[in-house]
Amino acid sequence: MTTVVKLKPRRRAEIGRAPQDTGGTWRTYVALAAALGLSAFPLYWMFVIATSTDEAVTQIPPSVIPGGELMTNLHEVFSMQDVYFVASLINSFIVASVVTASTLFFCSLAGFAFAKLRFRGRNKLMVVVILTLTVPNQLGVVALYILMGKLGWNGTLLAVIAPFLVSAFGVFYMRQFIMHAVPDELIESARMDGALTMRVYASIVLPAIRPALAVLGLLTFVATWNEFQWPLITLNGTEFPTSMVALSDLASGNYVIYRRVLAGAFAATVPLLVLLVLGGRQIVRGIMEGAVKS
Amino acid sequence: MSVTRNAPPSAPTQPPSHRREPEPAKPRNWLYRFDNKRVPYLLISPFFLLFAVFGLFPIIFNGVVALRNWRLDDPTLTGWAGLANFEKLIHDEDFWNALVNTFGIFILATIPQLLIALMLANLLNRKLRATTWWRVGVLLPYVTPVAASTLVFAVFFSRDNGMANWLLSLVGFGQDAPLDWRAQKWSAWIAIATMVNWKWIGYNALLYLSAMQSIPKDVYEAAAVDGAGPWRQLWRITVPMIQPVVVFTVVLSTIGGLQLFNEPMLFEENPAAASGGSNGQWQTIAQLIYKVGWKDLNLGYAAAMSWALFLIILIVAALNALATKRLGGGDR
Repeated sequence: MTTVVKLKPRRRAEIGRAPQDTGGTWRTYVALAAALGLSAFPLYWMFVIATSTDEAVTQIPPSVIPGGELMTNLHEVFSMQDVYFVASLINSFIVASVVTASTLFFCSLAGFAFAKLRFRGRNKLMVVVILTLTVPNQLGVVALYILMGKLGWNGTLLAVIAPFLVSAFGVFYMRQFIMHAVPDELIESARMDGALTMRVYASIVLPAIRPALAVLGLLTFVATWNEFQWPLITLNGTEFPTSMVALSDLASGNYVIYRRVLAGAFAATVPLLVLLVLGGRQIVRGIMEGAVKS
Repeated sequence: MSVTRNAPPSAPTQPPSHRREPEPAKPRNWLYRFDNKRVPYLLISPFFLLFAVFGLFPIIFNGVVALRNWRLDDPTLTGWAGLANFEKLIHDEDFWNALVNTFGIFILATIPQLLIALMLANLLNRKLRATTWWRVGVLLPYVTPVAASTLVFAVFFSRDNGMANWLLSLVGFGQDAPLDWRAQKWSAWIAIATMVNWKWIGYNALLYLSAMQSIPKDVYEAAAVDGAGPWRQLWRITVPMIQPVVVFTVVLSTIGGLQLFNEPMLFEENPAAASGGSNGQWQTIAQLIYKVGWKDLNLGYAAAMSWALFLIILIVAALNALATKRLGGGDR
């Protein structure tokens, strides 16, 4: 756990003071504001075009003020044949929710076992978990497709859910968190009272790891929602696309209407922007803690 | 209490921090024995089962597929192909072209990405007002679906009416003939690298920031003797101190960058084609694998290509990690 403790500057001298004790100058703020502007601009521009008419899109100099056509454009996207955009948003919700719930459950259980239970081969198995993180996922994509074909899952949501039900990163993250957040004494005293492992998990571990569940849940939801390559391979051309696959359909074809494509992109992005506003703090924490530990 | 191990049966002699499972209250009870011996394995088994089925098996099976004829359009054409797929690969101009593109984009995307991330982290590593909101702000690109942002950039870099060309025209470029970003390798690479940079700078900056904040403060105090200003402080103290995380991000962006798929796919005017431009100007290996497997329907060949890509990633990641360690070590 690295909680950022803000210490008061130990000395007044500029030189020799750690950067995190040095206040930001106006230049720092200008540079940061520029960085933030560049981060946000493509999103803003997506919104501008999503709300515009065709004329406004082709206008030179480009218009940077949103128009009033968002509903018209969204309606066009939602009513397009063969794109299934509304269904795709629902599919993405189903897939991301199921994957997130399952990841939280299985990763917290496994993390608990690796952090607090004693069993033969524990450390070696943990090393195996970490090693699986380094395998490039594209290596097996052809064989995964053949496997899904044998199972009859290609073209169904099962194909994009099943491989992601538990993640190595999640197990690792939960293990690190539980090691520090759950006192051994608490577990031992529950054991003395005769509590079984699952009882300890439910009544001691789960309440203590709620912050970590929020972090891992947000990261998992975002990553699953944004998954593109594998859903494209297995779901393309079916009636069950995820929103990313539907977006690619929307942008395909010989004559592409930008305001429509970006209205679709906007619709597929909004859920994640809402998550960033609500849980930004947790997402930042998850990324920063992940870095220290790896 | 039946104590079989050499630990004393009475718990109080052990310090409480010593992690040792206390003997269950009713040791003869099969339930407790099961709970002690088997349940830990049950708890970790979902990960290993799912990894075996959807991770390990495909990797091994992929090797088999690569050595066979495996076509989606002609299921009758089966049987061992030996090394034919790999031989074909060596003489495949598309593969070499894709390799060049992948590396070109990778370099244009990785070096600026990590350098700018370092600067950004250095800015964030100050005592700021509204600290959290700056950090959340730089994560906007990270949470934006890459499919959505790439489509924005595809419009941004369009030849007619694209904002990039309009900005260029402001500084006097391409007023008579607007730049067709998709026409040449270099311009297409720049456009795609821009998207990758945009997406990952903030994320990497947070990784660096996290490492920067765990540098002990007295390191900076000690360096005050040198009279190091902020700039020298960054390069002489901060960067060498966070070297492990730098190596980590280099490896991470190597693994990710060499598998680049989403951006080149959706930069296309017709993404369904997967051709990476009219002449493959920006077709990456991952994109070529997709095209060979699911447009040309030759899974055996696509599997062989995946192995080649894996080998390349392995070698480049190792080289990059070594090089970064060298560089960092030389500074001290």
